[in-house]
Amino acid sequence: MSTSTVPADNSFQLSQLWRDARYRSYTIQIIALILALSVVMMLISNAVENLEALGKDFNFGFLFEPAGYGIDQVLVEYTASSEHWKAALVGLLNTLLVAFLACLAATVIGVFVGVLRLSNNWVVSRLMAVYIEGVRNVPLLLQILAWYAIFIHVFPKPKQAEPILGGALVATNRGFYIPGFTYEGAYLAVVAVFLASIAGIFIFRSWAKKRQEDTGQILPVGLYSLGLLIVPTALVYFIAGMPIGLEFPTLKGFNYVGGTKAGTPLIALWFALSIYSAAFVAEIVRAGIMAISKGQSEAAYALGLRPQRTMSLVVLPQSLRIIIPPMISNYLNITKNSSLAIAVGYMDLTGTLGGITLNQTGREMECMLLLMATYLVISLSISGVMNYYNESVKLKGR
Amino acid sequence: MKKMILPVALGAAFAATSLSAATAGTLEDVQERGTLRCAVSTGLAGFSYTDENGKWQGFDVDYCRAVAAAVLGDADAVEFSPTTGKTRFTALASGEVDILSRNTTWTYSRDADLKFTFLGVNYYDGQGFMVKKSLGVTSAKELDGATVCIQTGTTTELNLSDYFTAQGMSYEPLSIETNTEGRANYLADACDVYTTDASGLAASRATFENAADHIILPEIISKEPLGPLVRHGDDQWADIGRWVLNAMKIAEEKGITAANADDMAATSQDPEVKRLLGASGEMGAAIGLDNNFALVAIKAVGNYGESFERHLGTQTKVNLARGLNASWTEGGLQYAPPFR
Repeated sequence: MSTSTVPADNSFQLSQLWRDARYRSYTIQIIALILALSVVMMLISNAVENLEALGKDFNFGFLFEPAGYGIDQVLVEYTASSEHWKAALVGLLNTLLVAFLACLAATVIGVFVGVLRLSNNWVVSRLMAVYIEGVRNVPLLLQILAWYAIFIHVFPKPKQAEPILGGALVATNRGFYIPGFTYEGAYLAVVAVFLASIAGIFIFRSWAKKRQEDTGQILPVGLYSLGLLIVPTALVYFIAGMPIGLEFPTLKGFNYVGGTKAGTPLIALWFALSIYSAAFVAEIVRAGIMAISKGQSEAAYALGLRPQRTMSLVVLPQSLRIIIPPMISNYLNITKNSSLAIAVGYMDLTGTLGGITLNQTGREMECMLLLMATYLVISLSISGVMNYYNESVKLKGR
Repeated sequence: MKKMILPVALGAAFAATSLSAATAGTLEDVQERGTLRCAVSTGLAGFSYTDENGKWQGFDVDYCRAVAAAVLGDADAVEFSPTTGKTRFTALASGEVDILSRNTTWTYSRDADLKFTFLGVNYYDGQGFMVKKSLGVTSAKELDGATVCIQTGTTTELNLSDYFTAQGMSYEPLSIETNTEGRANYLADACDVYTTDASGLAASRATFENAADHIILPEIISKEPLGPLVRHGDDQWADIGRWVLNAMKIAEEKGITAANADDMAATSQDPEVKRLLGASGEMGAAIGLDNNFALVAIKAVGNYGESFERHLGTQTKVNLARGLNASWTEGGLQYAPPFR
């Protein structure tokens, strides 16, 4: 018997590669690897060959040539004679700006709506259901276009616009204007003191909390914080001779100038993104709250907590653990959806690098690869930060 | 090392097929397919638009039809691709279309850097500005600080910034994708000024409800020679496109029209007319077409002047005078090399 099995063990036959369980998984993995590699190779060599056939090279030198086109909404210094990379940077910052604003607004509206959706008031909860179902089932692009159309048709043109709030806000169909800051002299000192007071408030609050835990004494934290925020900054501001001024928007020629402008494309995009995404946030929040066992809120009521405090102190902190993971993907969606900006002429990264720059230079490969890489980095960063936050709130195994 | 053979072989095989596809003659491709793929604009009155029957019409469309007639003998064997200012070059470069006829400006970088061959100029244009009369502006020099609606991915975008910089003025651009969006924004007063080629402004104004409320400012700030174009690398195909356009212009010089082309071919004693219409010589063979390719094209869409008058001329809503686009014999710039 033993003599018959020994030679079989020693000699390796090719058929064992897929008949023998010991080798089969390796075989399959190697085949899969070869297939994957060959697809990648095919794509690369296809691109190389075709670029060659078209007589095009692959380089990023165009980024350092003058862009030659103007951009309306800019966060950093930019003129038409700036280089293409600067236009891309302006686009990137615009993308981040609208993504940040939309994430913020969507979260606030979404949490609010999600909580109201669970309200015992029939009318309120039905209204919220209508909002959620209505908004999230209509394509985002249509909503962006609709908001844009509303903004350019409802608001007056600059010459007919009436400044409101004492000239502090001008709403026109080209954008909203608010006063901007003008800086002179020792303005840095004021800014530094202001930032220091904010840091001070955080330190004070954690100290007050610790004191409350230790001694049970409650300080009027809100009042003290407000004082800390205003008093030192105001003192320095007047001592330094009022170095920071307000500049109000004024009508000059065709448009309002001075102050800070948020163009209609930005506002429309922000509105549409926030309202659309808030519906998803609301559903996530509702799911999170409903997942917390009813006993928790009943226990809180039994201890005498009012419904509002029960929600903010007992239910919401626990449901955060359920809410955050889907929120990450929601934030990523907002960021990626912001590339629909082109529909209303908001110059985000897709509009500058992936739009005008691509078109004026004809560097499709370079621009598209750079564009995709940038969105990848943004998305991975957001998900990295949110995952870190998730780690800090999730149930810790002890 | 051994396992690398398969991917390399596969990659090489795919590369070889894609390469051969890229360099094959466009003429053979078109004839094999039986239709010409032509990129036009998404809609610009007079140049390319769909009529009430859903049929493409216009000055740029006529050129596509003329090429289709010359190559395939059928002016309707055209597959039109509507493209925006942004997508047109990608569509042509990737081989999605065979020819681009979409009021595209001939520039150095498009020729040399984007690797396209321009086939001639079918419309001499220049960039202008349109404003509402109620604004009280009479010159582009008064536009300091204005909001300007502009189509992205066009030369107008670059001219605009050059012009305002040169004049020491500022502007706020509102970048839009298509002519339709531009009109909507302009009419809603989201911008004070709409800028594009003067012909395009006239075409847009023709579609407005109260065309008289809008004026086109006298300043023309750029040279915009518009014409059809093809990819680099297929000279035969470029020659076909170039000579269909030239044939239309020569036909106007010689008084050949869609109606009388057959008679002219049969009876004319003018040697150039006979060569052009295929009545003598073997001219078509040199570019791989039938001898009467120009005759078929002219019969399909008429000569240059007929096509112009039908879609853009003073009898149409667009109402453009021939101006620079008159034949050179009548003081214009349209001048075709001799057909010999």
